Amino acid sequence: MNLTLILFIILATVAVASAAGLLISRNTVYAALFLVLNFATVAVFYLLLGAPFIALAQVTIYAGAIMVLFLFVIMLLGSERLPRGQVLPWQRPMAIVLAAVLLAEAGFLLFRRLQLTANLTNPEASINTTESLRTLGMTLFNQYLLPFEVTSVLLLVAMVGVIVLTKKEKGEQG
Amino acid sequence: MAHTIPLSWYLAISAILFTMGALGVLIRRNPLIIFMSVELMLNAANLAFVAFARSFGVLTGQIFVFFVMTVSAAEVAVGLALIIIIFRSKHSIDVDLMNSLKG
Repeated sequence: MNLTLILFIILATVAVASAAGLLISRNTVYAALFLVLNFATVAVFYLLLGAPFIALAQVTIYAGAIMVLFLFVIMLLGSERLPRGQVLPWQRPMAIVLAAVLLAEAGFLLFRRLQLTANLTNPEASINTTESLRTLGMTLFNQYLLPFEVTSVLLLVAMVGVIVLTKKEKGEQG
Repeated sequence: MAHTIPLSWYLAISAILFTMGALGVLIRRNPLIIFMSVELMLNAANLAFVAFARSFGVLTGQIFVFFVMTVSAAEVAVGLALIIIIFRSKHSIDVDLMNSLKG
C-alpha cells in the first residue's frame, strides 16, 4: 500500500458517497453542497492524473461559478424543500433497474472487452507544471484556435439568450 | 518503484459516477436536482477524458474537457433561466406540472 493508492481509495469513497448524498438528500441546498464536494474530489483526481490546469479550472468554473449560480437560483426560488407530490409507483424501482443495467454494461465493456492493462505513470515522474501548461496553451491556441473562438461565441449567445429569456415585458405581470 | 493506479480504476469511478447521475435524472423530480445530476454525468465523462489523455500521453483529452466545461457553463445558465421562467408562470417547479406546451 503506498500513498497514491490510499489517496485514490479515499477519494473514490468520498466521490461516490457525495454523489449518493446528491441523490438522496431532500433539501436542495444540501444536494448542491454534496455536488461541490464531488467536484472537489474529481479535481484532486485530475491532479493525480497530471492535469493541473484542468483541476484548477474544475475548482473555479464548476465548484465556483456554476454551483454559485445553482445556489443563487435555489435561494431565489425558495425551493429548498419541494412538497412531495404523488409519485409514480414504478418509477423508483424501474430507474434503479435501468441504472444497474447501465453499470453492468459499463463494467462489462471495461473489464471484459477492452482488456485495459495499461498502468498510469506517477504524475511526479513526468509532470513539470510550467512545461505542461505551456504545451497546453500552445496546443489550445494553435491547433484548436477555431473551436476556442467558437466557444466565445457560444458563451455570448448563452448570455444574450438568458437576458432575453428572463426579461419582463413592459406591463407584464411578473 | 511506487505502485501506480491502473487506468481501468479511473474508468470504473467514472462509470459509477455517470450511472449515479443517470439514476438521479430518473428518480428525482426537482428540476434543480435533475440539472445537478446532469452536471455529475458531464463530470464523469470529463474524468474519463482526462484518464485516457493521461494513458495515451496526449493533450487533446484535456483540451476537450476544457470545451465541455465551457459548454456546460452555457447550458447551466440557459437552463436555470428556463427554470426561473417556469417558476414565474406556474409558481412551482415540479417537473410533473410541466405537461403543456402552451404557458
